[in-house]
Amino acid sequence: MPRLRHPISAAAAVAAAALLLSGCSGSTHSSQSSPSFNFGSGAATPGMVGSGTAAAPAPSQSAVASGPEAPPPQPGNAITITNFKFNPQMLTVPAGTTVTWTNQDEEPHTVVAKDGSFHSPGLDTKGTYSFTFAKPGSYDYVCSIHPFMTGTVVVNQ
Amino acid sequence: MTADTDPRAMTRRQLLRHTAWFGSAVALSVVGGEVISHIAGSPEPTPAASRPTLRFAQISDSHIGFNGAANPNVADTFAQAINQVNNLGYTPDFVIHTGDLTHLGTPEQFDHVKQMLTGLNTPHIFTVPGEHDATDDAGQKYRQVFGAGTRDDGWYSFDVGGVHVIGLVNTLHLQKLGHLGTDQLDFVQKDVAPLSSDTPIIVFSHIPMFAMYPDWGWGTDDAARALSYLRRFSSVTCLNGHVHQLFSKTDGNVTFYSGTTTAYPLPHPGDGPAPKPINLPAGKLKDALGIREVSYTKGQQALALKEQALQ
Repeated sequence: MPRLRHPISAAAAVAAAALLLSGCSGSTHSSQSSPSFNFGSGAATPGMVGSGTAAAPAPSQSAVASGPEAPPPQPGNAITITNFKFNPQMLTVPAGTTVTWTNQDEEPHTVVAKDGSFHSPGLDTKGTYSFTFAKPGSYDYVCSIHPFMTGTVVVNQ
Repeated sequence: MTADTDPRAMTRRQLLRHTAWFGSAVALSVVGGEVISHIAGSPEPTPAASRPTLRFAQISDSHIGFNGAANPNVADTFAQAINQVNNLGYTPDFVIHTGDLTHLGTPEQFDHVKQMLTGLNTPHIFTVPGEHDATDDAGQKYRQVFGAGTRDDGWYSFDVGGVHVIGLVNTLHLQKLGHLGTDQLDFVQKDVAPLSSDTPIIVFSHIPMFAMYPDWGWGTDDAARALSYLRRFSSVTCLNGHVHQLFSKTDGNVTFYSGTTTAYPLPHPGDGPAPKPINLPAGKLKDALGIREVSYTKGQQALALKEQALQ
């Protein structure tokens, strides 16, 4: 099911006419060989070499990230991630509280403090991350994969 | 898969199309059941009985490691995409994967996707990282696997078939949108400085280099500066992934083409609360997934793109 969208230009008729003038009589590029690559002077080659073989067999899927067996977060210290939003977006806790984020989306998310004070790995579906806030302050964080997702933990004395 | 790859079959049809196209704004042609698009203003594709100067395939957003309901087996659909590239009827000069090779950027997922990519029947495979490939380490693990020969964060350029190709990295320093950064912008400026303005330019990136939907991060905040260095070129083609759907837009000399995915579809811009994977009815998933062929013939301004859904 090819689906294409096409830029439309009023110049097309002109181009089509030019095509009639030049396109039909244009020279034929007869070379059948593959073009060669030039990666620049002294530069190593980016990319990797393909093989002439058929698709390689896929190894089995590997388990990733923290699983649903993680302990359930305590009420009041919990932040869920649903529909690309941290909920609650702002959470206020006393110092010393351990806050746990749980990702309920199918997309992975992360929890990354803007000041660098905490940084989760990628959380897959049902994955959790906990951080203990020892010092009072206001901690803004984002999902580093989807940085339009923002949240704040306010830590009181 | 046979008629559309027979150059002699195309030759006769192309002759017919010379007249069919006259006066039409958009050149849409059907060859062997496949739709081929050409930007208005671009002349004919492949000349008779000859291969294009350059032809390559784009695959994107394989998300190896995704386990959600939208696609229970992304390795299987990625293998099918690889198989389709290997059965185009010719050997692509290279294949580009425009990022989100993996879902979470773990070492196991990188090993898996690299092993699968080596099954591509092509002399060269290029990649650019998606934000999923740099989930928690700003791309370090990505570069360990795919960074050989690249500069700094993983960008690079090369020349092939008279075309200048630039692979950009706009997924490592996200603020809200994709971001290139000063070092990379300086690289682009210097990289294209010696080129004559009639050199066709192809740019690969994961996140779109145009504002497709900024509320979901579907744009690059400093793309305008990169594109300013490319304004003098007569033909610039930007190919991206990230959005898991086909889309194109032309802005002056630059044409942007978002590619689809081999894993799972995402909503159209703004359709719903978030760019969440879409669960399609059984049997419909492959229609939303696919591969892209791109060809360039010397003397013609625009590239020809051909989209192919997974089969």
